[in-house]
Amino acid sequence: MANEKKNEWPLWEVFIRAKHGLSHRHAGSVHAPDADIALRHARDTYTRRMEGVSIWVIRSSDIAASDPADAGPIFEPAESKVYRHPTFYVVPDHIKHI
Amino acid sequence: MYTTEMSKNPTRQGPSAAEPPELLEAFEARVANDEFIEPKDWMPEAYRKTLIRQISQHAHSEIVGMLPEGNWITRAPSLRRKAVLLAKVQDEGGHGLYLYSAAETLGTSRDEMLDALHSGKAKYSTIFNYPTLTWADIGAIGWLVDGAAIMNQVPLQRTSYGPYARAMVRVCKEESFHQRQGFEIMMRLAAGTPEQKAMAQDALNRWWWPSIMMFGPPDENSPNTAQSVRWRIKRETNDELRQKFVDVTVPQAESIGLTVPDKDLKWNEARGQYDYGAIDWEEFWAVVKGEGPVAKERVKARTEAWEKGAWVREAALAHAAKQAARRQKEAV
Amino acid sequence: MTANEALFDYTLRLGDDALILSQRLGEWCGHAPALEADLSLTNVALDLIGQATLFLTYAGEIEGKGRDADKLAFHRDVNKFRNSLLVEQPNGDFGRTIARQFIFSTYQRALYQELMRSSDPRLAEIAAKALKETTYHAELAAEWVVRLGDGTEESHERVEDGFEWCWRFVEELFTAEPADAGLISAGIAVDPAKLRASFDATLAATFAEATLALPKYPRPVTGGRKGHHSEHLGHLLAEMQFLPRAYPDAVW
Repeated sequence: MANEKKNEWPLWEVFIRAKHGLSHRHAGSVHAPDADIALRHARDTYTRRMEGVSIWVIRSSDIAASDPADAGPIFEPAESKVYRHPTFYVVPDHIKHI
Repeated sequence: MYTTEMSKNPTRQGPSAAEPPELLEAFEARVANDEFIEPKDWMPEAYRKTLIRQISQHAHSEIVGMLPEGNWITRAPSLRRKAVLLAKVQDEGGHGLYLYSAAETLGTSRDEMLDALHSGKAKYSTIFNYPTLTWADIGAIGWLVDGAAIMNQVPLQRTSYGPYARAMVRVCKEESFHQRQGFEIMMRLAAGTPEQKAMAQDALNRWWWPSIMMFGPPDENSPNTAQSVRWRIKRETNDELRQKFVDVTVPQAESIGLTVPDKDLKWNEARGQYDYGAIDWEEFWAVVKGEGPVAKERVKARTEAWEKGAWVREAALAHAAKQAARRQKEAV
Repeated sequence: MTANEALFDYTLRLGDDALILSQRLGEWCGHAPALEADLSLTNVALDLIGQATLFLTYAGEIEGKGRDADKLAFHRDVNKFRNSLLVEQPNGDFGRTIARQFIFSTYQRALYQELMRSSDPRLAEIAAKALKETTYHAELAAEWVVRLGDGTEESHERVEDGFEWCWRFVEELFTAEPADAGLISAGIAVDPAKLRASFDATLAATFAEATLALPKYPRPVTGGRKGHHSEHLGHLLAEMQFLPRAYPDAVW
């Protein structure tokens, strides 16, 4: 990250799978010198109350993110595609299992 | 644990000339509409600065707050109490970590924030500049200080800045055991031997006023409150929260046979709230300025830990660099 | 010593090792080199308090004189403690703390791997639960040994000094007490001598990665298992025990 000082341990984003069957979810971040220690720090910080069964860490600086200023062109075109949603289609009440 | 707005004479930050009015207007509208602001969103510079100050003060309070309680980890009177206290102080460290991370999304670094703490530039909650003299102080801190903190923190779960709000959700979830364990300690002492009861009363006497000062200066004296409330950085005013705290805490003290050390304290039937005595704001501002009884010890302890740890942090980075170089060599 | 007394003494040793080391690690809380490391050390301390409580509770039951874990922790004098000399050593800097932790957790992991097969079901049960915790401690400590050893010149020297401080206490960990013979042959206690090979192998592998030279062990210093401790333990206990001792009738 641009705001890391020279001698600062880099920042890592932590993703936790709360239980099997769920996807990993962003939990927060930690500072760590390397990936192995980042995993340990993530474990010691974010799973102290049985919050997880699996941890991912990724250098914060390695994340590419969309720009909120482009939210219009990126996300709004989807708004007009109502036909992608099942409620767009009218099916008579007596037709079941559809 | 929580710190409130504490700059001695905060300069009110108005809109900067360079900020486009249409962006500012859109921002204010989003916040007024209770929407969350996220790190990459446009935000007024004053909002960013106020948040960095508030979140970092809050984070500093958590890690400085580890010290007065940490003072009793090695002397906790039973294995259970020792484990609970260790877990609690560790939680405070975790909370500091969540909050530093939230502040880092605003473009500051943890090291910069720590530098400000160590140099005395940054503030933290005045409460931690009071000493923990007996075991009962550990009960009083959990019950009163964490109780006050929860009151401050619950509304912050809906604060306008997304990363701060999310950090607060996590903090609040973890904090709920802190107040209970503190009250449990006090309850046990109050029902214990005469010496234990005296210990509990003495702790309440010493921690009561600093606890209600934790909510910060009175509203008319807190120039940032209006703007902060509008920005949803603060959701209730200092005085509102203070009143709430007094109203819930006084009956708790009575229920375990302890006396709140305020001779002016009495139930006001008309208001449906307690009236309480005058707060010594001179003491508050003195403590804010760093004149608290153990302020020097607290900052010294944090600074020493940081300086003595420098070689460890450097070593880990050096190893990581060597490893990266080795991997690169292997790849060639 | 009767068989029961021998088992009491053996279980006390297990509990006291965990208790005293957790007390030492608790001193770090709020003072570690980084916030994250603070949380890590506290987690280790918490695991060890849990282990101490389980072992000391069981020891009290074996003794049968109505002493619970707290009574044993807070109302025994220094010469009744049975922990190894290693765990009572002052923290020193982070290098020494990590050296101590690496030696102890590596030993303890090997110990629990055997103890979980003890013919005493309670010891086996506690060891099985504690093994997972201790495995984590040993791995964490090894990672730090590597980073400090292979880090900077200063960190290499400091962690080396930390190990230098600790080497004289290693032998004690792997030495059985005469009273253990019956327990060992009954499959209740672990013969610590059998754990040495695994310890040496882990040490060699970690030290190679950490670019540290293998130790030349000095003449061993022992006595902790018999209650003959270093000067440090009395001070540690004075601090740890003062409140229950000052108010013997109080309940906390």
